[in-house]
Amino acid sequence: MHVLRPLYVVLTLVAIIFIARIFWIPDDFGIHEQGYTYGWYRQTNVEEWKDFTVKYRGRDFCINCHALQTQKLASAHHKNIECENCHGPALAHPAEPLKLVLDRSRELCLRCHTRLIYPTSQRSQIKGINPDQHNPGLECALCHNPHEASRPQVRRSK
Amino acid sequence: MNRRCFIKLAVKGTAAVVLAKGLDGIFRPATVHAGTAPRRFVFLVDTYKCIGCGFCVKACKLENEIPFNANVSRTWVEKYVVNAEGEVFADTPQEARNGFITGRIDLGHGKFKDIPQEKIKKAFFVPKLCNQCAKPSCVQVCPVGATYQNADGVVLVDRKWCIGCGYCIMACPYGMRFFHPVHHVADKCNFCYHRISQGMKPACVQACPTGTRQIGNIKDPEDPVTKIIRTQRVAVHKPEYGTDPQVYFIGLSEEVR
Repeated sequence: MHVLRPLYVVLTLVAIIFIARIFWIPDDFGIHEQGYTYGWYRQTNVEEWKDFTVKYRGRDFCINCHALQTQKLASAHHKNIECENCHGPALAHPAEPLKLVLDRSRELCLRCHTRLIYPTSQRSQIKGINPDQHNPGLECALCHNPHEASRPQVRRSK
Repeated sequence: MNRRCFIKLAVKGTAAVVLAKGLDGIFRPATVHAGTAPRRFVFLVDTYKCIGCGFCVKACKLENEIPFNANVSRTWVEKYVVNAEGEVFADTPQEARNGFITGRIDLGHGKFKDIPQEKIKKAFFVPKLCNQCAKPSCVQVCPVGATYQNADGVVLVDRKWCIGCGYCIMACPYGMRFFHPVHHVADKCNFCYHRISQGMKPACVQACPTGTRQIGNIKDPEDPVTKIIRTQRVAVHKPEYGTDPQVYFIGLSEEVR
């Protein structure tokens, strides 16, 4: 039946696609927990995401070695600020990196301490300065100690 | 049966078996099972508490290896200022990765606008991140099954499987997705899945000094975030799209888009 030949060609092609699919698609690719519409994926990828490296280790990690500084900060106005927000992500410190990169810039402090009187935001309740008028260009830490910010006096020169 | 007949039969038989196996792998209903996971991660944002410091954005970009100086981010903070005439100004300079260190409004294209203090009637900050929708439109449109919702309700992107077609970036009503400048695949916030899956908090939640950002498990009735969502007045972003977003906001305002 020569009229059926195109049909055989199509069937062969479909079969080739299915054979290729068996080799190409990993075994764990398919329909998972959330059903066909949202849960059609390669399951190993979930484990791959779980293995992503954690960089920010948190205060509880810092306190293991730097207990004194961490406790000192805990009694200051800056107690809500994570060490790593200013000192940078710990990663595998002290192995790698040996020393963290501390951001001492004026811009870091200005994230919160630029005075913005916004009536419906908590920002207006934070003590702030006008960065154009208050010692422009100088690092805040020259005078203020960020670990003892509750102390109103500025740092004495060393 | 001669040799020719035998070979023909063998080829047909193999093809039939392969076809059946292939169809079985795609359509077998037994592999579809209902989501019975004891966890469903949700997020709570208290916009009253946000001070616009942008530490969340900095932490997110460094934690998730999003190039810091590229103008893409998995999360950002928007500033809204409403003046006496009712005009709404909003900006998010560099996704607020360096916070808001000036009151000027960044209008884009190098233009800025100063709004005098006495003119400001309403001004606030709104952090934004992926809503991890219960019905994610970005997942529906993926032609290859590279983005999906996992058992914990988090929408992930399979970087090995993504072909970078960009359908999902267009499909997200919230503009949360972007093209990763290094990996050249779609990328988005995944609630720091590598952290929350081992009991840690997402990097932005940990970095937030004011408690604006919180993460919880909506399937645990004792979870403090679940209690707030169930007992207080919360809203979700753009509910009219029917995506059932799972990031809840306290103090969401109509100006927020």
